[in-house]
Amino acid sequence: MSLRPDLAAVADAVPPGARVLDVGCGDGALLAYLRDRKGVDARGIDVLAGNVASAVARGLSVVQGDADADLGDYPDGAFDMVILSDTLQAMRAPAAVLGELVRIGRRGIVSFPNFGHWRVRASVVFGGRMPVTATLPVSWHQTPNIHLCTIDDFRELVTDLGLRIESATFLSGGRRRNGNLANLMAEQAVFVLGRGV
Amino acid sequence: MAATQTVTTDGRFGHDRRVTLPGRFALASGQALPGIDIAYETYGTLNADASNAILVCHALTGDQHVAGANPRTGKPGWWPRLVGPGKAIDPARHFIVCSNVLGGCSGSTGPASLDPATGKRFSMAFPMITIRDMVNAQARLLDHLGVGRLAAVVGGSMGGMQALDWAVAHPDRVRSVVAIATAARHSAQNIAFHEVGRQAIMADPMWQGGNYADNAPPAAGLAVARMAAHITYLSEAGLTAKFGRRLQDRTVLGFGFDAEFQVESYLRHQGLAFVERFDANSYLYITRALDYFDLAAPHDGVLAKAFAGTKTRFAVVSFTSDWLYPTAEARRIVRALNAAGAAVSFVELESPFGHDAFLLDAPEMVRVVDGFLRAGEQ
Repeated sequence: MSLRPDLAAVADAVPPGARVLDVGCGDGALLAYLRDRKGVDARGIDVLAGNVASAVARGLSVVQGDADADLGDYPDGAFDMVILSDTLQAMRAPAAVLGELVRIGRRGIVSFPNFGHWRVRASVVFGGRMPVTATLPVSWHQTPNIHLCTIDDFRELVTDLGLRIESATFLSGGRRRNGNLANLMAEQAVFVLGRGV
Repeated sequence: MAATQTVTTDGRFGHDRRVTLPGRFALASGQALPGIDIAYETYGTLNADASNAILVCHALTGDQHVAGANPRTGKPGWWPRLVGPGKAIDPARHFIVCSNVLGGCSGSTGPASLDPATGKRFSMAFPMITIRDMVNAQARLLDHLGVGRLAAVVGGSMGGMQALDWAVAHPDRVRSVVAIATAARHSAQNIAFHEVGRQAIMADPMWQGGNYADNAPPAAGLAVARMAAHITYLSEAGLTAKFGRRLQDRTVLGFGFDAEFQVESYLRHQGLAFVERFDANSYLYITRALDYFDLAAPHDGVLAKAFAGTKTRFAVVSFTSDWLYPTAEARRIVRALNAAGAAVSFVELESPFGHDAFLLDAPEMVRVVDGFLRAGEQ
């Protein structure tokens, strides 16, 4: 089984045998991979009943719920890693959700599409249109994304929240790239966050 | 159930069994019964390491005939979509046990049983029972069957409460729990509806303080109790879709109190059919057992404490139109299990059929239960 490049980058940040919660886990593809390849104790939460049914049918422990509302149910430090994969931009309160990640997990892993990528900028600036790209594939009126941000925006929020960035991975065209001009050149970013600066 | 396998050489296994479990059976109330009978059915074969046993728990007015035809009514089992050959709970893979609850009227000891002390029916002298008592009676039955640890306990409605209570009362004996359309406590509204039913029975002059004759039960009261309860098993949308305001066997209003609307006729039929198969005193005792149910009560009202340290896996399922045990109650269970660090899955399924959805065609429910059970077998 091969994972999407951004999911593979997330998976790489998860140590074997960890207790993991995947927030917005979809049909559980990443969790199943982590369970089968890394022996993680995999848990998930997703808002869609159909996704949850698929994940449970894969043998995963997944709860139907809304990350904006339901993360408060989990006790402090319940997990080693809490994953927010391609989900942050769909949250009503992204800052609160980031705080919850590092409360219920020792570390948070956050991946998101970079709205600062040059193709996105070009689409808005030169095309005069909201972008439709590989990482932002849905047109503006249908997208679940309500809080898009750039890599620099994200770094600023994380600093404001008093969280520590432990590592960052950047992807472009499905390949990893270095951090130079990431805010302009990366299509996706994967950050590992910890508590405290 | 042609494909059902049974261990034919061992009288403990098979259809329409009953076992007498001798010795004092202590109850949660502090009272005791002098030995109990449990009626049950089994399907499939217990494997060599006794690891494939699944206990299926029935709802308030259900019985042990979960998958095979009921020998009294001739009707098929009550959960054919989930239990049977090729189904999620499959006698080819599982050793399936379903018993009539303590206090019931399909062969297990209940208020209609004879009190050995007097030689007469217990009737209202029957001690109060609880969901925990039902669970403990099931545990004794499993001892008798040679089942130490269950692969799963599966139940809907009152059966779901038993499944949850199994994980609390006998945590080392349950690997997985499937709790469908259920709650960890009876709400004030639940208790209120039950009280209406009980008062209808006790107000029937035929009830006679519980000492009615076999051929003269408080049929009118029991039928009314069932009618009131039946409404809570459906939904407004379901009733509207099925009956609307359509008239029964007439085209104009009769301006009387006959069953003019189809929904009235339907409810009357449900009430009368119920009287044929259920004992009024059993209904009083079992509804009371449900009312007493509150898993959090012994833990200062903190449900998570009831599940503290649990190693059991849980799957919780609710239905959108269930207003008897609504999704909010299921979420309360899930929240507590999360707080307890349990491996829990939860899904709220779309259905217009109200509480009864768990007994009807619900392919997503079957998919979830099947996947959950198979994952536990790996």
